Amino acid sequence: MVKNIAVIGDSESIKGFGAVGIDMFICDEPFESGNLLKRIAESDDYAIIYMTEELFELSAKERSKFAERTVPAVIPIPSAGGKKGIGQKRLSMFVEQAVGSDILFGN
Amino acid sequence: MAIMNVNPTRMQMTKLKKQLQIARRGHKMLKDKRDELMRQFIELVKETKKLREKVEAQLENCNNHFINASAVMNKKSLESSLMSSKHQTGVEVGSKNIMSVDVPLFESVHGSDDKGEIFPYGFAFTSFELDDAVSELNNVLPDLIKLAETEKSCELMAAEIERTRRRVNSLEHVMIPRYEETIKYIAMKLEENDRSSRTRLMKVKDMLLEKAHGYSEKYQ
Repeated sequence: MVKNIAVIGDSESIKGFGAVGIDMFICDEPFESGNLLKRIAESDDYAIIYMTEELFELSAKERSKFAERTVPAVIPIPSAGGKKGIGQKRLSMFVEQAVGSDILFGN
Repeated sequence: MAIMNVNPTRMQMTKLKKQLQIARRGHKMLKDKRDELMRQFIELVKETKKLREKVEAQLENCNNHFINASAVMNKKSLESSLMSSKHQTGVEVGSKNIMSVDVPLFESVHGSDDKGEIFPYGFAFTSFELDDAVSELNNVLPDLIKLAETEKSCELMAAEIERTRRRVNSLEHVMIPRYEETIKYIAMKLEENDRSSRTRLMKVKDMLLEKAHGYSEKYQ
């Protein structure tokens, strides 16, 4: 089963992804990101959806619906404005959820 | 710990003992599952952390190239150069079972392996900075896909570990003690019944002897 890869973000951050064969969904209106994610994830054509960290944070509610499913994987990436550490925080959150306290990142 | 609301009978006790045995076995197995999941999870998280740091650094580098490119090219031609791609990057989705957790496997399916093929534009009117940016992004791609795979696996495993931990704890601290208490309660109740019926029999025997022979056994 071959599926595509999508990226959601503001036009400045994701403009290059189109050149390497990833489907771009430009979202310059941050509060639209949740709906956009929902639409893309429900279409079931995409295995991986990258989101810029800013939009990733804003669409927590929509993301939670797909958290238990194997695909799509929604993954935060740093935007053009630099990384905000949301991806790292997410990892330490997983450790906390599994172990009970954050033993790897120590913050 | 509250005992269960059951009749103190021998049959009920046998049933509870069987259930206790099952609960103990389940507890042991779940505990083993949790430990193994945890071991694999920690390994995976460490790997993901390293990968994420690498990918983030690469993407940042890539962004810098784009910024340089946009400094020497005008916005319109830059965007139109990047608009179309020669190939579509897809991933073959598989799945792997780690201790009953289904985690995805992503294998990238490239349209072309030719190095020159990655540039979707002609070189005549574009800056070399743009070439750097696109080729850098192309280099990050395998890691980016790997990151998606491991991060999703971490997410799924963390949820499963949490569930298993809860089950282990509820068996260890609630179910098993409750069974033990209830079995103890029934055993005590049965012994008590035993004693009371024995004393009653002794008393009846005394009364019958007294009636038949006019003496009581206890004075002999």
